[in-house]
Amino acid sequence: MSEMQLDSSPTTTGEEITNYTINFGPQHPAAHGVLRMVMELDGEIIERIDPHVGLLHRGTEKLIEHKTYLQALPYFDRLDYCSPLAMEHSYVLAIEKLLNVEVPIRAQYLRVLFAELTRICNHMLNIGAHVMDVGAMTPNLWVFELREDCMNFFERMSGARMHHAYLRPGGVHQDVPLKLLTDIGDWVDGRLPELFGDAMSLVMDNRIFKQRNVDIAVVSKEDAVRWGFSGPMIRAAGIPWDIRKSQPYEVYDRMEFDIPVGTNSDCYDRFMVRVKEVYESAKIIKQCLAEIPEGPIASLDRKVSPPKRGEMKQSMEALIHHFKLYTEGFHVPAGEVYAATESPKGEFGVYLVSDGSNKPYRCKIRPTAFSHLQAMDFMSKGHMLPDATAILGAIDVVFGECDR
Amino acid sequence: MAAVLHSAPRFASNDGVKDALSAALGDMLVSAKEEHGEIVLTVKRESIEDALRLLRDEQAYQQLMEMAGVDYPQRAERFEVVYMLLSLTKNHRIMVKVSTDEATPVPTVTTLWPNAGWLEREVFDMYGVLFAGNTDLRRILTDYGFEGHPFRKDFPLTGYQELRYSEEEKRVVYEPVNLAQDFRSFDFMSPWEGAEYILPGDEKADAPPVEMPKATESAKQTGAGEKADDKAAKGTDADPPKMDDKKEEGE
Repeated sequence: MSEMQLDSSPTTTGEEITNYTINFGPQHPAAHGVLRMVMELDGEIIERIDPHVGLLHRGTEKLIEHKTYLQALPYFDRLDYCSPLAMEHSYVLAIEKLLNVEVPIRAQYLRVLFAELTRICNHMLNIGAHVMDVGAMTPNLWVFELREDCMNFFERMSGARMHHAYLRPGGVHQDVPLKLLTDIGDWVDGRLPELFGDAMSLVMDNRIFKQRNVDIAVVSKEDAVRWGFSGPMIRAAGIPWDIRKSQPYEVYDRMEFDIPVGTNSDCYDRFMVRVKEVYESAKIIKQCLAEIPEGPIASLDRKVSPPKRGEMKQSMEALIHHFKLYTEGFHVPAGEVYAATESPKGEFGVYLVSDGSNKPYRCKIRPTAFSHLQAMDFMSKGHMLPDATAILGAIDVVFGECDR
Repeated sequence: MAAVLHSAPRFASNDGVKDALSAALGDMLVSAKEEHGEIVLTVKRESIEDALRLLRDEQAYQQLMEMAGVDYPQRAERFEVVYMLLSLTKNHRIMVKVSTDEATPVPTVTTLWPNAGWLEREVFDMYGVLFAGNTDLRRILTDYGFEGHPFRKDFPLTGYQELRYSEEEKRVVYEPVNLAQDFRSFDFMSPWEGAEYILPGDEKADAPPVEMPKATESAKQTGAGEKADDKAAKGTDADPPKMDDKKEEGE
């Protein structure tokens, strides 16, 4: 990137004004967390950005190496705390791929259902924050109302509003009451499109919003591929790439949904892709609710998933299985896999190396934000300083996941 | 290969891909394997850049999604660097890896993918693997002024330094780690599969066999013969106090 650096800029009068460097963050409301960006400015034009990440680095991957497979699961909720279920999803799929264990169909539906609810919940936060970053206050308050609804559903699902630890290797933790499913159905049919549609009608055609976003940070298709973009970032560039569609996992191959793509590959397109994705997720949720069968919610392989409490009162074998699973944990065959799912922010992958013991030998987490944030430099070059917040908002970055 | 039961992402079929890619890589390839539905190609360290360029340009693996370092301290070349490639057109994923040690640099692939820059920085930060040709090989995730490479297996989980805000000095101070409670690591491994402790009595299993096995053929040989019984019946000077059963009954 050295050719992008400019020590001085030519002016009309011939005298030279030297560039100056400012710190954006690490405590800046538009930095979406603890991001420090060293910006080199020529007046108000951004010449170069050097993002400093890692201020939230907790060594999750190292901690996971010291935990059993099940104990490591809750760490994933704390990565991208805006879409915790999507983080768990890649991890349990990686374990299941190594174990080659079958997940009952009801559990797969529950996973997809709540993964899509997580996507809506995540997009509510990002859309609201993005809109607020460029100056609009009201829509954010409205979509946070919807986010609150999602949180309440999650609480009824797992008992926790944010850190669910709901997906387990072999299935999900517990079944959901029928009333929760009907309530989600009512919400998806009524309150969500109503409130969200209203809130978006305030921004989508808003002149100020468009002025701040259209033609900002245009990325060509080639660049999007070269920089390893994924999720809404690559779809906004016009590439219809969605892992749910092209590499379906769980029951996504039974779902009918469209992949919204952008045409102009700017911040406005990224925003609009997310807006459309909310409606597509709602479609998937409706299909899940219509099709979800009765049945077990976790694998019946007792070497992987624990027996029911009632069973343990009757059966010695069940009691032993429970004890072994919660002390020693299960052993995973030696090998290495990379499982990547479509998280709301893009491709979230887990590279899991097992040595055949009850603890992961290595668990590398692929954050979505790494390649997107890395592109900040070339996306922002030549734009004005206030555009940086719009670009950052459209990336949808959460530092719990970026820094791990 | 057992039937696929799991529900992890299903990308395009692996059929024949391993052989085709092995043939394409030629003598750059060290080994190729297909396990758990993943194709893993190990290539020579010097030729990683050429191998990945070939895979990108001729085999249509357009995206470098991820790079991971792994530490195997017992190996001569202890580090592995794994590149996860994704083909958007073929809808397929492969892993390519090289191995290296603390001193030998791996050629950079920032020439092929710009996003390799941060990925290489991360591997360098966490494992200390050097990348020749990466012009910006700074630390990325650890603290400013951090020393050591924390994801190496010989780096302790608790680290060496901790920091806190000091009210006296009005700034954040760095201090050596001082744990209020010892770090607890439970070994829940079953004794039958890989536990590292020896159960009492296990040491006898490996002892050499005795030439004349000891056998107990009569009661005498147990050491508890009639004589001993007599002696036991006599009691000792310090007899236990006799129970006064009658007294208890009377009351």
